[in-house]
Amino acid sequence: MSNSYKVNVKPQQINTMQKVGLGLGFLGLIIMVLSLFGIIQNPKLMLTIALSSVGLGIVIFAINQYKGLPLGIKNNGNWFTDISSKGTFAWITGIVLTSFYILLYWYPLYLGQGSGDAGNTGLIALFDPLSIFLKGKPASQWFVYGVLYTLAILGFGIKFILKYRHNKYQQLRTISVMFFQLAFAFLLPEILQGLNQPYYNFANMWPLNYYFFDKWHVNGLLSTSNISLFMFGFGLAMIFLISPFLTYKYGKRWYCSWVCGCGGLAETAGDSFRHLSDNSLKSWKLERWTIHIVLAMSFIMTIAVVGTYLSEMGGTAWITRSQFMYGIIAFLVVFVGVLFKYRGERLNKDEKIGILSVAAFVILLILMNQFSGQGNNIFFKDSYSLRKWYGFAIGSAFSGVIGVGFYPILGSRVWCRFGCPMAAVLGIQQKFFSRFRITTNGGQCISCGNCSTYCEMGIDVRSYAQKGQDIVRASCVGCGVCSAVCPFCA
Amino acid sequence: MKVVIIGNGISGITAARFIRKLSNHEITVISAETDYFFSRTALMYIYMGHMRFKDTQPYEPEFWTKNRINLMRAYVENIDSNAKKLTFSDGKTLNYDKLIIATGSSPNKFGWPGQDLQKVGGLYSYQDLENMEKTSSSGIKRAVIVGGGLIGLEMAEMFHSRNIPVTILVRETDYWNVVMPPEESKMISRHILEHHIDLRLETELKEIIDNGNGEACAVITNKGDRIDCDYVGLTAGVHPNIGFIEGSGIEKQRGIVVNEFLETNIPDIYAIGDCAEAKNPKPGRRPIEAIWYTGRMMGETVAHTICNKKTEYTPKLWFNSAKFLDIEYQVYGTVLARPAENHASFYWEHANGKMSVRLVYDKNTKEILGFNLMGIRFRHEVCEKWILDKTNIETVIENLSLANFDPEFYEDYSSAIRSLYNQKMGKKLQSKSKRNLNIVLAFLRG
Repeated sequence: MSNSYKVNVKPQQINTMQKVGLGLGFLGLIIMVLSLFGIIQNPKLMLTIALSSVGLGIVIFAINQYKGLPLGIKNNGNWFTDISSKGTFAWITGIVLTSFYILLYWYPLYLGQGSGDAGNTGLIALFDPLSIFLKGKPASQWFVYGVLYTLAILGFGIKFILKYRHNKYQQLRTISVMFFQLAFAFLLPEILQGLNQPYYNFANMWPLNYYFFDKWHVNGLLSTSNISLFMFGFGLAMIFLISPFLTYKYGKRWYCSWVCGCGGLAETAGDSFRHLSDNSLKSWKLERWTIHIVLAMSFIMTIAVVGTYLSEMGGTAWITRSQFMYGIIAFLVVFVGVLFKYRGERLNKDEKIGILSVAAFVILLILMNQFSGQGNNIFFKDSYSLRKWYGFAIGSAFSGVIGVGFYPILGSRVWCRFGCPMAAVLGIQQKFFSRFRITTNGGQCISCGNCSTYCEMGIDVRSYAQKGQDIVRASCVGCGVCSAVCPFCA
Repeated sequence: MKVVIIGNGISGITAARFIRKLSNHEITVISAETDYFFSRTALMYIYMGHMRFKDTQPYEPEFWTKNRINLMRAYVENIDSNAKKLTFSDGKTLNYDKLIIATGSSPNKFGWPGQDLQKVGGLYSYQDLENMEKTSSSGIKRAVIVGGGLIGLEMAEMFHSRNIPVTILVRETDYWNVVMPPEESKMISRHILEHHIDLRLETELKEIIDNGNGEACAVITNKGDRIDCDYVGLTAGVHPNIGFIEGSGIEKQRGIVVNEFLETNIPDIYAIGDCAEAKNPKPGRRPIEAIWYTGRMMGETVAHTICNKKTEYTPKLWFNSAKFLDIEYQVYGTVLARPAENHASFYWEHANGKMSVRLVYDKNTKEILGFNLMGIRFRHEVCEKWILDKTNIETVIENLSLANFDPEFYEDYSSAIRSLYNQKMGKKLQSKSKRNLNIVLAFLRG
């Protein structure tokens, strides 16, 4: 007598103009695939065709998907459509995306990345004309990635705006992520590089930007020019002043769903997959461990890198390595103390255990390191190989391959939810030191579950709403979709 | 003590949860419908592909074991109130110390010829949804829905989401105008047509035609029209689902008759939710209120009574909410389709014809009585406080922004509403508050 609901739905028909859009999009992708084999002759022309047909294709598809429909929520058939319900196309898309990331991070050679004096070939050579136009240098795999990433956010951003054209919050938020991606994450750094300035993305910050405190990065910023000095100062201000202030006032959404590029891609290209995020209690437990472990790792890695940097500077820096290390210990003790003293009542038992054990672990590690004479080694590894390992495991494998490659299978916010150390920092601030909360409307909730289903962070929003409680969760990125899909004004 | 609850809907489950919070009683919840509690109001979203069935279940399976609430899949055929014993359709029995009946409703059928054919059904239970799904898989060229209420429109939206043409037969001159004031009723009628749903007003079902295989193939209306179809939805209201209490000695009228403590005429048997009928309803309330919110409140109330804190069921203020296709609807307090003698109402509608605010107040005392909102969200607690405090309509107009519950950056129509009021009444009211959570919280505390 158990209930197993079976649906028998024919796939939803797409209209002719939508097919035109799809065709255009694939045309662009095919040009890029062909370029891999070096059979594209006129890169300037072909790149123009490829990029514009992908962009146009997405927009034409979106316009014709929503054209003529009354304003409102457009989730019909999400669980029946192959691509948005883990069907065959979803798996194929996942595998293709994952393979692309693997090539991008570890085998750029196959994408045509030139090494030494050899020029680019293949896909990367296809992008040379645009790169040369922007900064006077040939493209790299990261340039190709940046262009495609920005194109995806812009194209699918327009789709999202059309989908939510009745909802001003969603529109403004999407325009914001599109703007920050195009201007701050893509164009500005490229143009600055063209002016012989270091690469710097103002919309990114430590610890998401895990190389911020790396020697080459710090030296680059400190020694190039006044502009780069400003970048360094701005980066520090973001971490210690601007970000805590904005998070206090608006919650972590000011970053995660209004500015951040990872968030931007998730909200736009990832929107069709948001309901796939697992909202079980089990994944909540898992998420709290993984994200804070990544945070601790990035913290340790950064301390190690800075420590090494300071000791290599000898006495020329304004702070010695030991002062820095003891400073970190003092910071941790004060931070945990303040948290327990003023926010103790909001912490449950396993949170307390988690915070104490992570802090104790980091302190112990520093002390061991200070007294063992290991010098710049932590875990018997020197800080640079630690840094390299972090970059591989977290920076590439987790955020890219799993984070984006698995969109169609695990939902759009896997990285943001289980891995991003920036989200972890902002989450702690949001939960304990912010005025931001989502309120629910008295007794209106009918427990339908739309809010929980469409929460990309897998928060069981309904469990709060049906009790009439405010939603205060470290992971909430404030995208506002729970409120948008609520049919009962709750 | 053994508490047995028949029905795992919102009423029964709320009762079970609160009994667990308040006591260590042994709790068993019986359902013939589903293994786990799900949100009945979300059935439509499964058919529409917004959610899976499991997404409509508010608690994970582990919740029930963790909270020691036994779930049982069975159909109660007989209640022996002397022996305090239930008999199930498979012949097994179960004893109880306290019994709560929370069996909800069934769709109405008014003796239409053909009403029991295949491919005819209501939209209430999980099985109704399965029936719709089964019929859909053999292909539906058109569906006809009988009844101009909320559920009828939900069913229409379901078929519409799968591009199945729909006809709705509505007895009244406008959609749901037995409940809604005329302007709002017209707004919904317009919106239904905007979705290309064939809305036929002042039309009633005469007969459902059998295709020869015991399946519906067409309907005949009271105007003599024949509409060919492959599914007929019967959504002309619901009635308490209490057939099985026959012979138990429990007093019933349309529903199971209960007093203000939700007790039936037989000791240790209670009834809550859709299936309960109040012997002495509170002023302004109906004896049977088949909605989610009242079921939930009754569940919580009866739990207290059973756990030795005898508590009267005193619903505070009537409220309800729903969504008509894309237009959200909220009501707080008293808003009648045919207003009482002393009622006056002030109505504002946006030029787009999809948003409106109606304030109902007492002609003589100017006290606010109710809010009816379309396409705009108001904050529950604020409206409730205004009504319970018998606030003057003009104070409400001056502070309307306090009630705004739309998402951020939405336009606040309070000033447009105020200027219309000023214009109509020849007043010069000014805005006295702005939209801000802290101000709202201060107001609610004050």
